[in-house]
Amino acid sequence: MTFGQLPYDVAHLLGGIMVLLSFVLLYQRRVSAVIGAFAVQGGVLAAAAAWQAWVQGSPHLYVTALIALVAKAALIPLALRALVRRLDLHRTVETALGIGPSLIAGVAVVALAILVVLPVTARVAIGTREEMALALSVILLGMLMMITRRNAILQVVGLMSMENGLILAAVGAAGMPLVVELSTAALVLLAFVVGGVFVFQIRERFDSVDIGFLEIHRGERR
Amino acid sequence: MPLPWIVVLLPWAGALALAAIAAPRLAARVNIGVAALTFPLALLLLFQPHGVQGWTRVDALNAPFVALAAFIGLTTAVFSAGQLDAERFDALRLRAYHAAFQLFLGAQALALLSDNLGIMWVAIEIATLASVLMVAVHNTPAAIEAAWKFFLLCGVGIALALFGTIVLYLAAQAVGGAGEAGLSWASLHAVAAECDPGLLNLAFVFLLVGYGTKAGLVPLHAWLPDAEAEGPIAISAVLSGLLLNAALMAVLRAKAIVGANPEAVAPGPFLLALGLASVLLAGVSLWRRADARRFFGWSSVGHMGMAAFAFGLGGAAANLAGLLHMAGHSVVKSAIFFGVGLSARIKGSQRLADIGGLIGTHPLLGWGLALAIAAVAGLPPFLLFASEFLLLQETAGRAWWLALPLALGLFLTVAAKVAALQRLCLGDPTPDAAEAPGRAARLSAVVPLWLHLGLALLLGLLMPPALAGLMAEAARIPG
Repeated sequence: MTFGQLPYDVAHLLGGIMVLLSFVLLYQRRVSAVIGAFAVQGGVLAAAAAWQAWVQGSPHLYVTALIALVAKAALIPLALRALVRRLDLHRTVETALGIGPSLIAGVAVVALAILVVLPVTARVAIGTREEMALALSVILLGMLMMITRRNAILQVVGLMSMENGLILAAVGAAGMPLVVELSTAALVLLAFVVGGVFVFQIRERFDSVDIGFLEIHRGERR
Repeated sequence: MPLPWIVVLLPWAGALALAAIAAPRLAARVNIGVAALTFPLALLLLFQPHGVQGWTRVDALNAPFVALAAFIGLTTAVFSAGQLDAERFDALRLRAYHAAFQLFLGAQALALLSDNLGIMWVAIEIATLASVLMVAVHNTPAAIEAAWKFFLLCGVGIALALFGTIVLYLAAQAVGGAGEAGLSWASLHAVAAECDPGLLNLAFVFLLVGYGTKAGLVPLHAWLPDAEAEGPIAISAVLSGLLLNAALMAVLRAKAIVGANPEAVAPGPFLLALGLASVLLAGVSLWRRADARRFFGWSSVGHMGMAAFAFGLGGAAANLAGLLHMAGHSVVKSAIFFGVGLSARIKGSQRLADIGGLIGTHPLLGWGLALAIAAVAGLPPFLLFASEFLLLQETAGRAWWLALPLALGLFLTVAAKVAALQRLCLGDPTPDAAEAPGRAARLSAVVPLWLHLGLALLLGLLMPPALAGLMAEAARIPG
């Protein structure tokens, strides 16, 4: 499997689109647009997992694809939108770092991921190498998003985007056991926390899900 | 069903049942009952033949810690039953609280017992899940802030740890360890010498940062003191006593794999650096604390740093010191949280300035807490003294230039804890809150506190030879 062959090219293309969507997450200012981009990334992840299932001939990856499609592309974005509406959150958000510097940092992070992964994976099957580099890019971009955004909802989106990168890495590692279990477990944590905000009515206690507000309750300043 | 599976599944079955019980007294009793059933089964693990059962393994490294965790789970359940009325839960939160407690106990046992690194990751994730919501359960702004920090930092941490696990699998796959064997710790440990050293390095960095976050190593510790200061005290006791151990054990297992390959980067110096940073930062930070629970949260950071330092030094003697330190810290720190929990209830505040002179007014609690603080400071004759002495001796013999900063950090933490001991237990009594806890609430904290002290004393002075042999065997596993 190499460049110019269909299995490799499509996998590469889908991974590339996920990295691109991570950049979209990084520069969007409106909460609803960020949630939309996240939903699209979930859909692309599902396609990438399904493609790997077909290429590797491992049907259990279709389950991963289905979970990604149902949860990441539909349910979680819908829940987040409902949360934004119900809690009447700010629709636009400030970033801790400007859009321009964020994007420059994003490019640097992708370069870092490639420089870190490619040299050490010389003995790994071709195809998997690139998949790992793309996945690490998505993970680090998600982390960058969590650092540059001060809004709680967007930090959760950043974390889930990191997790998209993880699942991309897991489906790319041919023959990796427990992929379905791992992806489900990762999802459950996030689902529970988002659900916990609903169930325990956390909103009642503070007026904004802006982390800046929470900081006055930090540490010993009470 | 193999015994290790029962030790995990019994608490989880209990969690399911507890999620349905809304009557406070019944739920508390069922909670104690499940923990009391788990404890003897976990003790039996000590006598199990060592080996792998599917996704779990029993070896000298995890059996003592699972038994210890089940003991602490039982005493904490007793403590929790006595303090339940002070938490003022509604029915929903009561059910969530008890279910989360047992879910947590099962998950940390699974994290210790799992042979499959993927399962270990899932277990640590479940333990996080159970504890995050419990830290937030009181719904005050400070609790939400603590839980949010806990969730984000540990969410990123476990995400990075999963990436490390995937890279580890890739390393094993290249040398023929595809399928289930590619995630099994035993087989990874066996084939590590043939694996690509670059991939092992990459995996180790991610696993260290990922699980190191959960273990509260500086500079990844920011969530720990906050999380310890909020939520029900019983959750703080098991967070500090059990979850940190499970996470540090994961780091230790990763270190064992990477250390088995001579061409990979030496994992020791990373652990030494993080450990030393934790000890020193805790030594400084302890002096600036005003909140009792946060104070002892910082003390956990220091102790985990000490254990990580010992594992970084490596070799049988230093590893033994690290393992004894983890065990001693679990026993004593949970005891402290029992004592601090009851004191905070008696005084109506968890600020250090509001709690004072406990020995004069509440002798049983005051002396227990004083001895527990002395024990956690590493004063003789308790277990932490033995482990710290062993560690300092090993460090001075093998790398004296490291012994100096370690001793400085140790001195700072000991002095800060002695100062806290004087403030909390001696000195002038501060006024009690209007609402005094009942006899049952006091007993349910004081009896486990003294039990833990007795255990720390027993392990420090005359550890049973069989257990000492097991610990010595465990210390040889990570290399």
